Amino acid sequence: MSVIVLLLIASISVAALFLAAFIWSVKKGQFDDDYAPPLRMLFDDKPADDTNTSL
Amino acid sequence: MQVEKFYYDNKTVKWFAYATVIWGIVGMLVGLWVAIQFYAPATTLNYAGTTFGRLRPIHTNAIIFAFVGNCMFAGIYYSLQRLCKARMFSDLLSKIHFWGWQLIIVAAALTLFFGFTTGKEYAELEWPIDIAITLVWVVFGINMFGTILKRRESHLYVAIWFYIATWVTVAMLHIVNSFEMPVSLFKSYSWYAGVQDALVQWWYGHNAVAFFLTTPILGLMYYFMPKAANRPVYSYRLSIIHFWALIFIYIWAGPHHLLYTALPDWAQSLGTVFSIMLILPSWGGMLNGLFTLRGAWDKVREEPVLKFFVVAVTCYGMSTFEGPMMSLKNVNAISHFTDWTIAHVHIGGLGWNGFIAFGMLYFIIPKMFDTPLYSKKLATNHFWLGTIGIILYAIPLYWAGFTQASMWRQFTDEGQIKFQFLETVTHILPMYITRSIGGTLYLIGAVMMGYNLYKTAAKGKFIANEAAEAAPLPAVATAHGKEYWHRWIERRPVQMLVLSLIVVAIGGILELVPTFLVKTNVPTITAVKPYTPLELQGRDIYVREGCYTCHSQMVRPFRDEVARYGEYSKAGEFIYDHPFQWGSKRTGPDLARLGGKYPDSWHYNHMMEPALMSPGSIMPRYAWLLDNNIDTASTAAKIRAMQKLGVPYPDGYDQQANKELMTQANGIRINLKMDKIQTPANKEIVALIAYLQRLGKDIKAENKSTTAMK
Repeated sequence: MSVIVLLLIASISVAALFLAAFIWSVKKGQFDDDYAPPLRMLFDDKPADDTNTSL
Repeated sequence: MQVEKFYYDNKTVKWFAYATVIWGIVGMLVGLWVAIQFYAPATTLNYAGTTFGRLRPIHTNAIIFAFVGNCMFAGIYYSLQRLCKARMFSDLLSKIHFWGWQLIIVAAALTLFFGFTTGKEYAELEWPIDIAITLVWVVFGINMFGTILKRRESHLYVAIWFYIATWVTVAMLHIVNSFEMPVSLFKSYSWYAGVQDALVQWWYGHNAVAFFLTTPILGLMYYFMPKAANRPVYSYRLSIIHFWALIFIYIWAGPHHLLYTALPDWAQSLGTVFSIMLILPSWGGMLNGLFTLRGAWDKVREEPVLKFFVVAVTCYGMSTFEGPMMSLKNVNAISHFTDWTIAHVHIGGLGWNGFIAFGMLYFIIPKMFDTPLYSKKLATNHFWLGTIGIILYAIPLYWAGFTQASMWRQFTDEGQIKFQFLETVTHILPMYITRSIGGTLYLIGAVMMGYNLYKTAAKGKFIANEAAEAAPLPAVATAHGKEYWHRWIERRPVQMLVLSLIVVAIGGILELVPTFLVKTNVPTITAVKPYTPLELQGRDIYVREGCYTCHSQMVRPFRDEVARYGEYSKAGEFIYDHPFQWGSKRTGPDLARLGGKYPDSWHYNHMMEPALMSPGSIMPRYAWLLDNNIDTASTAAKIRAMQKLGVPYPDGYDQQANKELMTQANGIRINLKMDKIQTPANKEIVALIAYLQRLGKDIKAENKSTTAMK
């Protein structure tokens, strides 16, 4: 069952990666505001002059 | 601050969206075909490429990697640009990603059709395609992280987190599970053997469901559902908790696919515990999705997009409740190896993945073509057809699974097994017919969608580059007065480098570990011997024809299974099995103890015409095995590959392997001749018979010797 070592290394590495990402994002203040982001994503800022190109 | 003007790339999104529709219909069509084969075996056309064993992997791969894969990419390319307020990192990479992925799909379909398979469920593709997948995945990663790095919106919306988790975890899963020893261009053996292979495979298999079919789709849900309802997600905080809880728990639940097998008990329990824990984040996410529509249910009445999303999220809730329940050992004892599992995955596949895909397509195509949907009515009809299709698909299969499991377990008053295996299959055939009707309705709905989207595209004008504007991120963040190290890292491609370094490091460790794994392949049961060259060739035929898609090789320690098949399976039996062939569904009986049960001639006739030996059998004919010659040219290479994997063939055995192969084959030829069957010894059927007659023999031999000692 030594393959479990391999799976643990792989799983824990990824978990550690996510943990680092989590700590980073909390420190960065990613989750400080849980009011504006869900609202902001609803608005797609279209430029005043509509200049879409259909290349 | 100066507002920057830029353009979203809609072209790549459009391509991925079209591919989703086309591959989706192809995948469903193959699914319908194999569903019909259950009650009309003649529809296999007596042709190798169109038997269930080969079409089933084509169906699963097409749905998972082609349909859901392209849907995921379309959704990510659409939403990521808008969430980051930036065009995709590189148009060239987008192009390579798209065409590379389609090429992989075509290569997958062709190789599976011709029987090139690794024999590991959902990871059937052979090693050159595995490498291609890795490369395209890296391209996708660079494109995605590049976009994230050059974003104009500092906050990473929760959907982006789901996309990142998808990329990272799928990369790891794919690499670890795909370790294989190439024999030739399209043939390889899994690096791991038996129990270990099973554990790696289901660690992969489970997490493929988690990180290919769930997390990216959740990302899409968190983007498209609020967009379509035009209101923010119910609780953004809950969505963040949903994400972090889900990804930390999901990865440990894999062993629940191996309950009651030869996997060590503690590993099984670990899988169960984490599976039960998964209910919490999953249901948090489901409720978050449904509550997003609070006060907007009137919109659901009008808007087919929301209708699809509501049913999709409901199906997500149902399957994420059902999954943990099936991970309980007492429930799993009933559900495993039956159609219950098939019903379960189709609630997820048809309901959750399919309906999110449909809703998303109905949303983005009109947007990109700057026109309303061609026909809302047609889309609503699609919705109802699809929903009824799911119900007609799932309920009969739940019924079938439960019925069959109950029949397997019944004993007569005298303590004999009450039903022959075949009786339990023919009994549920009506359910299989109903299931295929459900599938047909679902497919018709998908075709209607194709037409509707085509008409929408035809009447609109495609916006290839959609203009947008946003202010760039401030060059230096001065929030806390001093610069933190991570601020340096996060604006640079260096972050990318660090990520890839970690991935490479994992890869490096993984390359080393298997070498010491090989040493642990010391036989724990002395009677278990490596396969003879003929048996090895026969086993490869068994893998090629996908026998594992209908037959298990794993006797669970239950009274009925031991009575029906023989001694329950033990971990030490499988140490030379590269790959393991335990299977996950019993459409036919278990084969772990098949050896010696029937004479060689029975197998010969059975392969030629199964109904001849067991009237009413739904197994397809394998007549080509009677005509094809054994590929003896590959024997030496196969033996050498096995030696490299630690199978103790003597030195130089590869050179004499074919001689031994012919000796054993001649023995079988003579056996067959005594039963009045004339066949040359070099036919594939002979190799397959050798393998089938070997199954379970080692254990039987050991039992005899231990009894003799007593």
